[in-house]
Amino acid sequence: MAQTLQRTPLHDRHVALGARMVPFAGWEMPVQYEGVIQEHKAVRTDAGAFDVSHMGEIEVEGPQAHAFLQSVLSNDLDRIQPGEAQYTLLTNEHGGIVDDLIAYRLGEFRYLLVVNASNKETDYAWLKEREVRGSEVTDVSAEHALVAVQGPRAIERLGLEPAKPFTFSEETIDGVQVMVNRTGYTGEDGCELLCMSDDAVALWDAVLERGAKPIGLGARDTLRLEVCYPLHGNDIGPETDPISAGLGWVCALGKEFTGVEPIRRVKEGGPARKLVAFVMDEKAIPRQHMPIEGGGEVTSGSHSPMLDIGIGMGYVPAAQAAPGTKLAIDVRGKTRTGHIVKKPIYTRED
Amino acid sequence: MAAAESYPDDLKYHAEHDWARIDGDEAVLGVTWFAADALGELVHYEAPSVGATVTKDQSYGEVESVKAVSDLIAPLSGEVLEVNQKVLDAPETVNDDPYGEGWLVRIRLADASEVDALLDLEAYKTVLAQQ
Repeated sequence: MAQTLQRTPLHDRHVALGARMVPFAGWEMPVQYEGVIQEHKAVRTDAGAFDVSHMGEIEVEGPQAHAFLQSVLSNDLDRIQPGEAQYTLLTNEHGGIVDDLIAYRLGEFRYLLVVNASNKETDYAWLKEREVRGSEVTDVSAEHALVAVQGPRAIERLGLEPAKPFTFSEETIDGVQVMVNRTGYTGEDGCELLCMSDDAVALWDAVLERGAKPIGLGARDTLRLEVCYPLHGNDIGPETDPISAGLGWVCALGKEFTGVEPIRRVKEGGPARKLVAFVMDEKAIPRQHMPIEGGGEVTSGSHSPMLDIGIGMGYVPAAQAAPGTKLAIDVRGKTRTGHIVKKPIYTRED
Repeated sequence: MAAAESYPDDLKYHAEHDWARIDGDEAVLGVTWFAADALGELVHYEAPSVGATVTKDQSYGEVESVKAVSDLIAPLSGEVLEVNQKVLDAPETVNDDPYGEGWLVRIRLADASEVDALLDLEAYKTVLAQQ
């Protein structure tokens, strides 16, 4: 079935910059401008700007908003105050992961959830169905644009003051009103700038003028993989539980939320398999769905631009998940070896 | 630095975006600028072994960029005499110089008459125009 791709407010800017546009989660998005490797290194060494306006924003407001979200999200919102944010999971009755997201506490009774583009409709329907009296769930995606600015020089280039990770504030950058979120998906310092859709072009131009390089989805994927941030749909999903995925740290098992009981059972019994990170010992690039010998498969795989070698993540039997353990991957019929490493795969040598 | 788009007229081409430079009963094989550009910067070259047999229109190896994998299609049949070590060590050489330093293998031709079936520059440009 033919489907019309949605475009972000920055679409024409990407085209003018010579980006290669591809379909992604129903959106027409830039996969690369100059090249994945150059863009990746720009973020690791200086600053890069990503149009992530395809991501969804869902607002939950009302006197019952806090209690409602506590009952559907895995992490404990009692731990954050207005002005703070939290990485958390929307879980199903089996303890599987409907989506991973960041919850921003805008006020005592008001939250903003920033969710994956590919899951926005599912998440919205999920929340709407379970919404209680006194908590209003609204999809506010269309009125917002989101620009991530990431890299060791990102904050300095934007003229912002350093701030703690997972905090946010209202700022003006070159005349544009933005919500500056100290969050990201690259493992680097930086922020994500939320603005009104009508201001997106002015913000994007200002950010590039300040020296951030435009970065496509290609480098976004290699950046997150080097630091082992899971990608929903690859590494985690409705059939995977948070404990096996190494996300027990975002599950407050002392509180009640959807699917907490099965998650507690996995925690108590120990997971049968674990999501591990690995590095290849041979010149070969692991790719998603390649079988791992002894059980399991690659959930994310690519070439690491920083390490110049194949890297990946995948589920292996828990008994064979320790760092240093060798693994063999079937790369299109050829057996290629690698070994499990402690997460993250890449850390800066300071 | 990736090369600018070009297609030399002294080469023979295959519609799968491979080229051959014929020299007597030998040929050097590579991929065209179009193929290299479509893939992006190459990060891996899965080469055949020296002595291996390559068969016209069949895969003799693979090249990979960060995002994609592509089979290398042999424009001609023959035996591999040499693999370009420079590309094994630095696969991006293919993007930098696809028809020079970025060659992939040198083969001894099994059947010189196969050359007649390859595309000349004009015919290959017709293929490109349809992409």
